[in-house]
Amino acid sequence: MASIEMRNIVKQYGDGFPAVNDVSLDIADGEFMILVGPSGCGKSTLLRMVVGLEDITSGDMVIGDKRVNDLAPRDRNLSMVFQNYALYPHMTVFENIAFPLRLSKTPDDQVRRRVTEAADVLELQEHLDRKPANLSGGQRQRVAMGRAIVRQAEAFLFDEPLSNLDAKLRGQMRTEISRLQRRLGITTVYVTHDQTEAMTLGDRVCVLRKGKIQQVASPRELYEQPVNLFVAGFIGSPPMNFLPATVEGRRLETPFGAMELDDRRAAAVSGRDLLLVGIRPEYFEDASIVDEAKRPHGTTFRARVDVTEWLGDQQYAYIPYDAPEEVQNQLRELSRELDSEALRTQAIVSIDSTSRIREGREAEFWMDSRKAHVFDPSTGENLTRDAEAGAELTRLAEEDRQEQVEEARSRGESISGGDRRGAEVA
Amino acid sequence: MRYLFRPPATDATGLLALPWHQPLEEWDDEHLLDVPQRGISRHVVRFVAVEGRVYALKEIAEPLARHEYALLAQFEAEGLPAVSVLGICVDRPGDQQAILVTRYLEYSMSYRWLFSGPQGERSAEQLLDTMVVLLVRLHLAGIFWGDCSLSNTLFRLDAGTFAAYLVDAETVERYPSLTRGQRAYDVDLARERVGAELLDLQYGGLLPPGIDPLEVAEGLPRRYESLWEEVIREEVFRTDEQRYRVAERLQRLNELGFDVGEVELITAEDGTRLRVDTRVAEPGHNRRELFRLTGLEVQERQAQRLLNDVRAFRAYLEQKTGRPVPESTAGHQWLAEVYQPVVDAIPPELAGRLAPAEVFHEVLEHRWFLSERAGRDVGTTKAARSYFVTELPKTPQELTTPSVIAGRK
Repeated sequence: MASIEMRNIVKQYGDGFPAVNDVSLDIADGEFMILVGPSGCGKSTLLRMVVGLEDITSGDMVIGDKRVNDLAPRDRNLSMVFQNYALYPHMTVFENIAFPLRLSKTPDDQVRRRVTEAADVLELQEHLDRKPANLSGGQRQRVAMGRAIVRQAEAFLFDEPLSNLDAKLRGQMRTEISRLQRRLGITTVYVTHDQTEAMTLGDRVCVLRKGKIQQVASPRELYEQPVNLFVAGFIGSPPMNFLPATVEGRRLETPFGAMELDDRRAAAVSGRDLLLVGIRPEYFEDASIVDEAKRPHGTTFRARVDVTEWLGDQQYAYIPYDAPEEVQNQLRELSRELDSEALRTQAIVSIDSTSRIREGREAEFWMDSRKAHVFDPSTGENLTRDAEAGAELTRLAEEDRQEQVEEARSRGESISGGDRRGAEVA
Repeated sequence: MRYLFRPPATDATGLLALPWHQPLEEWDDEHLLDVPQRGISRHVVRFVAVEGRVYALKEIAEPLARHEYALLAQFEAEGLPAVSVLGICVDRPGDQQAILVTRYLEYSMSYRWLFSGPQGERSAEQLLDTMVVLLVRLHLAGIFWGDCSLSNTLFRLDAGTFAAYLVDAETVERYPSLTRGQRAYDVDLARERVGAELLDLQYGGLLPPGIDPLEVAEGLPRRYESLWEEVIREEVFRTDEQRYRVAERLQRLNELGFDVGEVELITAEDGTRLRVDTRVAEPGHNRRELFRLTGLEVQERQAQRLLNDVRAFRAYLEQKTGRPVPESTAGHQWLAEVYQPVVDAIPPELAGRLAPAEVFHEVLEHRWFLSERAGRDVGTTKAARSYFVTELPKTPQELTTPSVIAGRK
C-alpha cells in the first residue's frame, strides 16, 4: 500500500485544451479518495494518469515515494477493480481468485495463504471449492475483488464501477466496497459522477470542474462548508436552493422575506449589492408544525406551492420565486454545467411528511437562517464559509477513519499488516 | 419499447415478432438456436434464427448497448474485423436492460473448440498470432479494447489460415491514437485473460497436454511487440538499396496481413529513411476483384485462391477456343461450370461444416495432392468427389454453422 501524490498535474491534448489543469492532491496511505464532478471535469483523465493509460503533460505523479510518470501501467502495481471481470466455469472459486498469482508463478503455499486471507475478508470461504456458476451477483463481484486483493497492489482504483448495475446491486456493491476498503485499509481512488456515491463512500471527496480542483474535503465539510456555488449545487440531493438577495446591515432581503445574519456572516457580506443565499431543503419546514424551540432561529413567509411530492417518510414542496435576469442566467448556467434539471428558480423545500400543505395553494413556511450561506453571484465564491469549522469536520472524519482501520487491524481482519509484507520480502 | 436498426435492415423486420418484452433468459426454446462451442460471457446471450439467418442477442445496460452499437457500426464502415451489428432494443418493460443484436459470424469458431479440438496443439501458435494481428490492427486504428480475450475473439478459416474478429466492444474506447501506456495495458490484460482462459480449459480437461497456458500467455506480449515494431518501424538504408528494400518491406507487411496506405521516402546524407503508413482495414483487393467478377463474397485469402483458379480457367478457355476471352465472361462461366458444381455436390449431411469457399479451397488442395500422386491432373470434379468421401467428413460436426442447422429444421 502506498500514498498517492499528485503535484501540479496538467494534461493538455493536441489542440491545447487542458483536460486537467494544475491539479495537486495528496492521497494518504489507506485513504478512500473520491474524484467527482460532472462529465468533462477531468476526473477520469486524472485516474487514467494514475494508472498510466494517459501521458502526463507536466507535473509529478508519485506513488509511494516513486515518481511513476514514465512507468508502464504494469510496473505501477495498481489494481483496477472489477474492470470487465470474467468468471471461468471450470475453475473453482479458489482458482478464479488465484489465477493472477498462478500466471506470475507464485509458489503454492503463498497462493494458498493469500487466497485464504482474501476469502476471509470477502466471506467467500464456504464457496472456495465450488464452481462459480451458482454464485449470486454480489458474490461474483466479490470474486473480482478477491483477484485484486491477492495481487497485493499499492492501491485500488475504481472507474465508475457501479454505473451499469441495476439499482439493487448498485446499493449492495456500494456497501460492499466501503466495508472492504475499511477492512483492508488499502489506498483507494474512486471516480464517479454520482454525488450520492461520493458522499457515502469517501473519506475525502475531491470535486473537480473543468479540469480544476474546486474543493477537497470530507463529505460533511463539502455539505456544510462548500467553497463555492458549484460545490454547493453539486453536493446534496435535492440540491441547495439559491435565492437572490440584497443586503442591508445584518438583514438579507430574499423573495421569501428577510432574514437576519449573525455578526460573522454580516461582516462577510457587508457593502455588497446583489447576492445569492444558499439554503438546503431541510432548513425549511411547514410553519404550522415547526418545533417551537426552533422557531426563533428562523423566519416565516407565505408562498404559493406549485407541486408537492409525498414519499412516505419525507415530503417536498416546490415553490417558484422571482429572480432578476442576472441571477436566472447564473442559475441556468450552473444547472447546465451540473447536468441538473433541478436548479431552476423554484425552491425545493423539505417539509414534514404529515404536513397538509397542498399543491396550488398558498401556505406558510418557516426557514432556518442559521445555516444559510451567502454567495457572490458573479464569482460564485462562498462569502460566509467558515473554514475553521469545515476543517474541524474533516479532522473528525479522519479520526473516525483511523479508528475504524485500527479496529479492523486489531480484530485481525485486515490483511495489510506489516508481517505479510515482511514475508513477501523474505 | 424502441428498436433501432441500421439499414439495410430488411432482415431485421423478421426479428420484430420475437418476444422482446420478456427477459432473454425466459425466451421459449422454439425461438432459440443452440450454438455449441461458445466463449464465456458476463451477460445473457442467446441465438435466434430468422429466415435462414442467425443473430446473437445480448442483454446489457442501455448505455453500454448504445455505445457498442455505435462502435461496431463504425468498425464495419471502416473495414475493421469485427462482428456486424444489426441494432438494439431499448425501453423494454419493467426496467429491463437493452438487447444488442449482432449478425452471427457464420463459419466462425471459438477458441474453446479450436484449442480443445484434434489439432489444438498445432493451432495454438497460429491462433495467438492471429489474435495479435487483430490487436495490432485495432491499436493502429486508435482502438483501446479494454477486454481483449479469447472469449471476445472469433476465428474463421481463410484458405487454411485463420482470421480473427472482435466480438465484444462493450469496453472499447476510441481515440485518435493510443498512448504507449494504453497499448501496454491492453496487451497486459490480454496476456492475463488468455492465460486464465487456457488454465480454465486445462481444469476442464479440454486442453491438449502439450500446451502450457502460462507459456502461451507469456509469449503474447513478445509476439505483439515484434509485430507492432514490424508494422510501424522506420527504416534507414542506403539509397542504392532503395528499390529492393522498399519492395521487401511491403511484401513482408502484406504477408503479415496488412495493407500499406502510403509510403514515404526521405533521402538524407546517411541514406534513405522509409516510413510506411499501415492501413488498419483488412486487405481486400482480392476480395473486391472476385466479387466484381463472380459476385461471390469470401475472405481475402480464399479470394486470392479462387481468383487464381478463375485465371487458370480463362487461360484454358482461350487455349480451347483459340481467341481471347474477356475476364468477366471467364468469371461467369467459371462460377457456373467450376465453382457452383463443386459447392452443389457437397453432401447435405456435411453441408455447413466449412464455408463453401473454404471447401473449394480444400478441393483445390486435394486435387493437387491427388494429381501429384497420380502423376497427372485428375481434374476438379474427381478431386471433389474424393474429397467429400475422404476429407470433409474429418471436419467435426460441431463446426456446422448455425444458419445451416436452422435451415434443416
